[in-house]
Amino acid sequence: MSELIGLWIAALLTVFILSFLYKDNPFYKFAEHLFVGVAAGYVLALSWHNTIKPNLVEPLFYQGEWILIVPMAFGLLLFTRFIPKMSWLSRWSLAAIVGIYSGLAVVAIAEADFVTQIRATLIPIWDQTKWTQFSNQPSIVHFIHLFTNFITIFGLLTILFYFFFSVEHSGTWGLIAKIGTGLLMVGFGAGYGYTVMTRIALLIDRVVFLLGDVIGLL
Amino acid sequence: MKREIPLAILLITGLFMIFQYFVPHYAISDIASKIQQWAIIITSGAALLGIANLLRVSLDQAIARKQDWMYKWVVIVSLVVTGVSGIVGGIEPGTFFNDMIYFHMYTPMASTMYATLAFFIASAAFRAFRVRSWQAWLLACTALLVMLGRIPFGKMIWGDFPQFVDWIMNVPNTVAQRAILIGAALGAVATGLKMIFGIERSWLGGGD
Repeated sequence: MSELIGLWIAALLTVFILSFLYKDNPFYKFAEHLFVGVAAGYVLALSWHNTIKPNLVEPLFYQGEWILIVPMAFGLLLFTRFIPKMSWLSRWSLAAIVGIYSGLAVVAIAEADFVTQIRATLIPIWDQTKWTQFSNQPSIVHFIHLFTNFITIFGLLTILFYFFFSVEHSGTWGLIAKIGTGLLMVGFGAGYGYTVMTRIALLIDRVVFLLGDVIGLL
Repeated sequence: MKREIPLAILLITGLFMIFQYFVPHYAISDIASKIQQWAIIITSGAALLGIANLLRVSLDQAIARKQDWMYKWVVIVSLVVTGVSGIVGGIEPGTFFNDMIYFHMYTPMASTMYATLAFFIASAAFRAFRVRSWQAWLLACTALLVMLGRIPFGKMIWGDFPQFVDWIMNVPNTVAQRAILIGAALGAVATGLKMIFGIERSWLGGGD
């Protein structure tokens, strides 16, 4: 029974949100506000079970790790934002958060997003396995695969050059920068197309849910 | 005092977290993992602050009967019910929080919200995007190819269409993303260091 009620609640909320495609209406507003409340409550419950309880409450109150009073106090200091005269105290907590995560990020980002990405580009220009693949099965797709490594290496260089402003982008340099711009546009276009298709897939999922699970037409 | 202490906290914690990476001694690693645990606790305080603020703002508007005040009660009630049921009743499968709220309310609403974005993205692109330069042509054509390659119709036009689109996603797209990532990484490292050394102070906000 509760499963059936749940199914109908999900169906109604789905229709309420989709109704915004016609125009803004009270049903959509209800679902929108409900979503905000549920999402915030969800974060609250998850924070409690995954973070606050195992990292603070249990070690502090059941295992006697009294040192944890310090981060608890820092966490509570954030709430001084509600008291204008004392709100400057929240900067202490903010400083701890920003400091710890900045310190971690400086090294982690440099390693994961900088060094790793450059390392992934240091590959041979010519990949013999792709040539063998093309020889065995000649096709347009296998043909373009021959240029994979070449585009990966020189494409990256052209895009990076586009962001390098110490040289005027004219003549040969201008051409290189233009190739970089073109590759960037391909990347943006691919990103756009992929995002639209992901959203469409979600929409199809909702339509299948409404027509299949709820009404039973599919 | 009001600015110096936060800057000192930031400098000490930031430098220590960088330092611990280069000194893989167990004593240092132990302190670093403790500090990370502390950061998690403090950050969860920030999440709670956000939720408390949402409650406060919604309550203010509901009590003052401002525009759409009745919907603010929806926010308040749903937040309290979800939060309390999750904290008291648990979040495991079989609980009211997981089976009713998460699966029958949160998930359908979240995926429908994201699904409606398909229409907004398409309509925004139609209104704002004009194909006037070769760069714009390239962007529009790639988007069209990627979309066609992801549907059965694309395969009907050309059997290798999905593989071709996969190549676009894996090679030119990856190259572009990689270049952006490298640029962003340099920016993030520079910004992180500027914050740690107190050059970038916008996070302190205005006032004293």
